[in-house]
Amino acid sequence: MNDALLGGFVDAAVQSSHAFRAALTVLSQPGEIRELHGAVPPAPLSVAAGVLLLTLCDGTTPLHLAGAYDCASVRDWITFHCGAPLVSVEAAVFALGDWVALQPLGQFAIGLPDYPDRAVTLIVEMPALEAKGAVLRGPGIADAAYLSLPEVAAFQANRALFPLGFDCFFTCGAKVAALPRSTHVEAV
Amino acid sequence: MSDQAYNFAYLDEQTKRMIRRAILKGVAVPGYQVPFASREMPMPYGWGTGGVQVTAACLTPDDTLKVIDQGADDTTNAVSIRKFFQRTAGVAVTEATADATLIQTRHRIPEAALTTGQILVYQVPIPEPLRFLEPRETETRKMHELEEYGLIHVKLYEDIARHGTIATSYAYPVKVEGRYVMDPSPIPKFDNPKLSNSPALQLFGAGREQRIYALPPFTHVVSLDFDDHPFEPSKAPHDCDLCGAGESYLDEVITDDQGGRMFVCSDTDFCRTRCEAGHLGALGVPVLKGGA
Repeated sequence: MNDALLGGFVDAAVQSSHAFRAALTVLSQPGEIRELHGAVPPAPLSVAAGVLLLTLCDGTTPLHLAGAYDCASVRDWITFHCGAPLVSVEAAVFALGDWVALQPLGQFAIGLPDYPDRAVTLIVEMPALEAKGAVLRGPGIADAAYLSLPEVAAFQANRALFPLGFDCFFTCGAKVAALPRSTHVEAV
Repeated sequence: MSDQAYNFAYLDEQTKRMIRRAILKGVAVPGYQVPFASREMPMPYGWGTGGVQVTAACLTPDDTLKVIDQGADDTTNAVSIRKFFQRTAGVAVTEATADATLIQTRHRIPEAALTTGQILVYQVPIPEPLRFLEPRETETRKMHELEEYGLIHVKLYEDIARHGTIATSYAYPVKVEGRYVMDPSPIPKFDNPKLSNSPALQLFGAGREQRIYALPPFTHVVSLDFDDHPFEPSKAPHDCDLCGAGESYLDEVITDDQGGRMFVCSDTDFCRTRCEAGHLGALGVPVLKGGA
């Protein structure tokens, strides 16, 4: 049997509801880390990234695969389970890859001044994900939160664009964290 | 047990994904109204179709749902929405604010303090705070884009010119994180201070107008005012006649045609909890534990 057919949700309604609540929690409380389970995507996709794709992407959300993630096994898996059109950078509503492969970030849609919601959501695959590192402040954070971001300058530049800008999910294994464009980031 | 003829929480998965994406963008840009493809629901517009869709997209089988209408758990709108999700999602329900993980509300914020992890879903009739001042969507969208909010201050000023004070008492406009002016839905302005820095996530759904917006936890929300006419949350100058609470928002209930009236907490859970704890208002009757 073709591997691309395997590894999706077994009980889509329930599993996606749990996955969305975790995604909503980490995006509304930057610095929080949750775990996502339920999908078994092909390498190099992490479980968390696979679950996010199954939960948020479908035929209406053009997806860009960056770097090593743009391979036949991932493309086939996404095509079968999500049906998301795989597109070039400029047309992407979602983009998936590691931090280096997603560069330069300036090529992604940051929304329009009258429709700031029309901005890309990046799913960034990380080698590690911990609640320490850069200092986060802003909506969703009582005082300060910490997250091991791949860098700081890019997120400061992104915050300066507010209300425009991209929003990020970070995934590592089953772990997921997020950084909305509204968060102020400082180096330690 | 949920009704197996429906998908979990009624909506199909594609619709839920669409709503979930809108909610996430709303959370990323607090106070901005995200357009979404609102569906027809098995209840009329004005009954909370926006709130119901947001709730359906957020519910998990582990949730405990509370639904209130003007603070009350036992009115038609609250009962019908609660039963709707009991039937289609099989979730547990409660009337106790502290026990609920997700609270759908029509026009009140519960008196009891909300906590981290709770989600408060508001039903919103007209999400655009500038709509009654400027009917054209193209214009209000431009005003939000340019942060051109002079008109809403003129409206508050006209209140002062006409009535001597800001007479707006519900749906009182707020500014979110110093950027977007937002309609907090028709909650009494008494509730406005609770919008700011709440530990709970607040989501707003407007079904007929097809908009979703959000306030993440610990978001800074300021009620618009003037230096010489500062914002004042107001309530009826009484104590609750049932439980004696002096700090809760009150409903006025006409009791006869001789001018008789009583004031009772609009939050029925808050009032009942206090009555059961032995608090007694001017017209209250001691509650026997376990009996009505």
